Amino acid sequence: MERVAIIGASMTKFGQREEWIQELLAEAGLDCLEDAGVDAEAIEHLYVSNMASGEFEGQTGVMNGLAHDIGALPAYTQRIDQTSSSGGAGIYAAWQSVASGASEMTLLVGGEKMTHRTTGEATDVIASLTHPVEYKTGVTLPSFAGMTARHYLERFDAPRESLAKVASKNHKNGVDNPHAQFQKEVDVDTVLESPIVADPLRLYDFCPITDGSAALMLCPESVAEEYTDEYVVISGIDGATDTHVVHEREDPTVMGGVVESGEGAYEMSGRGPEDIDVAELHDMFTILEFLQMEGLGFAEQGEAWKLVEDGSTERDGELPINTSGGLKSKGHPLGASGVAQGVEIYEQLTGEADDRQVDAEVGLCCNVGGFGNCVITTIMEAAQ
Amino acid sequence: MTMEATRYDDGTISYPGHPRSRDGAEPVGTIDLSEHTAEVVTWTTSTATPPGVREPNHLAIVEFDVSEDVEDEDAETSVRALVQLTDGDVETGDEVEPVYTEELREPGAGIREPESQDWDGYRFEPV
Repeated sequence: MERVAIIGASMTKFGQREEWIQELLAEAGLDCLEDAGVDAEAIEHLYVSNMASGEFEGQTGVMNGLAHDIGALPAYTQRIDQTSSSGGAGIYAAWQSVASGASEMTLLVGGEKMTHRTTGEATDVIASLTHPVEYKTGVTLPSFAGMTARHYLERFDAPRESLAKVASKNHKNGVDNPHAQFQKEVDVDTVLESPIVADPLRLYDFCPITDGSAALMLCPESVAEEYTDEYVVISGIDGATDTHVVHEREDPTVMGGVVESGEGAYEMSGRGPEDIDVAELHDMFTILEFLQMEGLGFAEQGEAWKLVEDGSTERDGELPINTSGGLKSKGHPLGASGVAQGVEIYEQLTGEADDRQVDAEVGLCCNVGGFGNCVITTIMEAAQ
Repeated sequence: MTMEATRYDDGTISYPGHPRSRDGAEPVGTIDLSEHTAEVVTWTTSTATPPGVREPNHLAIVEFDVSEDVEDEDAETSVRALVQLTDGDVETGDEVEPVYTEELREPGAGIREPESQDWDGYRFEPV
């Protein structure tokens, strides 16, 4: 099986955009073609990661529309929906299409248009992934985060401030990301004094509602070398699923999908947590950064908060996490987020991250759907 | 109205029930959780609620001790559920009991098709 390379990446400005889903996808798709130096007619497979364009906008068939809009006909197209992990699932699908030999040039574009909906409406679309006995309680994904955060803080005697420091760190990183929704620093006191959303979590513990799109171009490594010397290789990738009903998990502070997909990606790449130089984690809520750090082996259970407290996860720390600003600062256009994680790692490994640049040869992305219901972990390495 | 957890052939219990247990075992019986009290494992008060949901919305994950309903000594003796609380005046570890409610949220106000599921159930309050 030939190794799969990424030879181009792009993302639109994330935030409140006037454009609708089809326009956002085309913007990122065309930018990615240009970045990779690939003609649209060379695309054999085209995947669109998108959770809910039908529910948000009444627009379905987005993969067909994108292929037409960017001149990629008659490429095979498919929409990938895995809720918030649609982007990571798109990377997995695109990787499979190339690794299997079915495609020699695969474009992946993730996108979502959300901000025209009220917060309540958008929250309800996302919460529709829950089981009927959960949905009728009015539970939201932020509510799950509140309950999990309370359990974590009480069980592990972690200070509330450590969660606020996750938000503050990621906002600080986002200042240097021109595509981020919020290029604005937020200090710990501001997080702790912001309005309660799901006790004990407050407004700045949560990512915003966002419009945006991101894209990656994948091909066999032998083909990549025809286009560029600056590419990355997907050395490990795996996906896993946890219970649909969140409270049925044995331990509320363990995300089984993170653990399983991480172990699979490590095994495939021959790498371990100690080899990762930079990571993009799914910080839809601050508590999720802790749970993923522990599930991926960066910290022992109940101790991730200590690495945030001592600065290890800052840009100049031992393991920089969410150099892009994360979902927290960069924004979370559902289907785009996992792809945008890949864009950040691609830019870090190819030395294109400008003011966010860290010294890295191996990077990891973890994209979480639901409240840990579906998870994709991807390990990328700079071409040698 | 009941609040039925399902017992499976492998000794596991779940609420809600599923056609098979997590490891593929068949259902062998049910336990009515509405006849039990439970202990609060964790809780939250949500102030940003979706259409048709009370605001604020008090929620908890609670754990039921159902050892008296289980005969097999190797079987699970507890089961958890996500529930609404009557108010936010609770602490982790509190014992709570169910109070029947006709509508936990307004059917049809949100995205879920009203006919696709039931909407009544139990809120829990401190004993």
